[in-house]
Amino acid sequence: MSTTVETSAEAKKEIRVAPTPGMVRRRGERSLAASAASHGILIAASLIALFPIAWLVFLSLGPDKDDYLHPGDIWGKMTLDNYSFVLQETNFFDWLTSTLIVSLGTTVIGVMIAATTGYAVSRMRFPGYKKFMWVLLVTQMFPIAVLIVPMYQIMSELQLIDSYLGLILVYCSTAVPYCAWLLKGYFDTIPFEIDEAGRVDGLSPFGTFLRLILPLAKPGLAVAGFYSFITAFGEVAFASTFMLSDTKYTFAVALQTFVSEHDAQRQLMAATAVLIAIPVSAFFYLVQKNLVTGLTAGGTKG
Amino acid sequence: MTVAIDRATGKRRGDRAPRPGLGQRLKHSYQKHWYAYAMITPVVVVLGVLVLYPLAYGFYLTLTDANSLNTARTIGVNEIEATYKFIGFDNYADILWGETSYERFWSHFIWTIVWTGACVGLHYTLGLGLALLLNQQLRGRTLYRLILILPWAVPTFVTVFGWRFMLADGGVINSFLETLHLPTPLWLEDTFWQRFAAIMVNTWCGVPFMMLSLLGGLQSIDSTLYEAAEMDGASKWQQFRYVTLPGLRSVSSTVVLLGIIWTFNQFAIIFLLFGDTAPDAQILVTWAYYLGFGQQPRDFAQSAAYGMLLLAILIVFTSFYRRWLNRNDQQLAI
Repeated sequence: MSTTVETSAEAKKEIRVAPTPGMVRRRGERSLAASAASHGILIAASLIALFPIAWLVFLSLGPDKDDYLHPGDIWGKMTLDNYSFVLQETNFFDWLTSTLIVSLGTTVIGVMIAATTGYAVSRMRFPGYKKFMWVLLVTQMFPIAVLIVPMYQIMSELQLIDSYLGLILVYCSTAVPYCAWLLKGYFDTIPFEIDEAGRVDGLSPFGTFLRLILPLAKPGLAVAGFYSFITAFGEVAFASTFMLSDTKYTFAVALQTFVSEHDAQRQLMAATAVLIAIPVSAFFYLVQKNLVTGLTAGGTKG
Repeated sequence: MTVAIDRATGKRRGDRAPRPGLGQRLKHSYQKHWYAYAMITPVVVVLGVLVLYPLAYGFYLTLTDANSLNTARTIGVNEIEATYKFIGFDNYADILWGETSYERFWSHFIWTIVWTGACVGLHYTLGLGLALLLNQQLRGRTLYRLILILPWAVPTFVTVFGWRFMLADGGVINSFLETLHLPTPLWLEDTFWQRFAAIMVNTWCGVPFMMLSLLGGLQSIDSTLYEAAEMDGASKWQQFRYVTLPGLRSVSSTVVLLGIIWTFNQFAIIFLLFGDTAPDAQILVTWAYYLGFGQQPRDFAQSAAYGMLLLAILIVFTSFYRRWLNRNDQQLAI
């Protein structure tokens, strides 16, 4: 029958050679106009997705801070001076260091603390399970406005304002429940029989977790870690409030410093933005497929 | 050993081991479940110290008149004791019913609802549309997909500045509108256009996530269903309405809930796009931040009270959402 699932181009070709009588068009095969329309919309959408970023890259090549008003002039005087200025004259590497310390600290602590919990809520049912899951869920949807004031007070009492540790602790308040949730979703996909086999061979639940499940869950751990990393990396509110000295700024704060009320060094800001965006985006593309599955799997599988 | 054996299928309801009676449960609970409790201890401790304690402390602050002038602080070598006092629920009453509460709370509340509704609606419809287009057999599909997720791949705090350059007076968007002889609004100064710009930027940032999630949902729909529908003479629209949409229901309910929570809590876009310059375009989250940290003196108590109200709104909403899903007999979202 011609109505079997078609997956490959060969199946399509085949049907063109011998069209089934009575069927005008196969499913998944469209008229030329429909195809052109699809391409048209997708190209337009791609342009919209691409343009603001391309524009930022383009502006970063203009040497003058008001070049964004006359973008046409940039063509004539393109230069990479902004980049060398940012790398040499600003605190770029300080910012890089603090961003990495804070983000990696959050990631490592978040994943390490959350791993056993993710396993426990994936495999075991215990009194209080529902309440615990509810707490995990609610913690993830805390608006920053809930914790920022008390955190600020507590951290100033502990002298942790303007310290990496303080910011890492604050980020952990969201990263830990988030990782636990994400890891639960991943552990759910690991066949249950593996646990049983381990148990039959005499491993304790901890042993099962450490020796069997944890090695299998490496991709899940990576996704959870990566997600904590980009969340901490892109966080604006806490970082802007808690970090005071300009060598300890994370990138999210540092980028704001280029535009103050008095002076706007837009060309330098654009160059810094591009320098930040390239490695992060490249990394993002490597893991994005797992990321989406992880985010929604945790949700839909309950 | 049965400690770990009552969870295999991933279904939430109906597959748990039957609970023993209350007395027995308390008695054997520790013995039977100590593995589970030991494993969740780290997270419980962290949540207790990093979330519950600040939450309780924050709630206490909302019952006081704390601000940056009367809280404990250190200036140079002098330590100044806290002098704020307990005033009960006055902060909440003031926010909700006090004088000028419309300007301070309700106008932001309405705008937050509009903002959330508009953004999530746009995210979902655009995301679904693009996902449907990408789910076809199409030349260059992978390339489109890679380009379309770019707004998600680049950190938000970077892209927002790109938009700021574009929206600035004399920026590329207004120059473009001018060549078309269209009006050139003051995107970053006029309240209506500020709101419009905020929704536009957030839509741009949020569509890729929806698109990818829904694309995953579309690909998991069994293709035989479409064949059956086609055999029964269903039109394209009917296939979409009766096969695609029901097939996407569980993914949709999850991503819509996530989208609503994220958009409601969206801080970075509005904060970075306008800074302190747009009091009327602030949603509740950024407004609470402004009260607590963007003005002098910093009004900690009111800011924390806004935070509590926001949390209450979200919790109430989520409970209703889940109940509504349960009534429609769907798999629970999250």
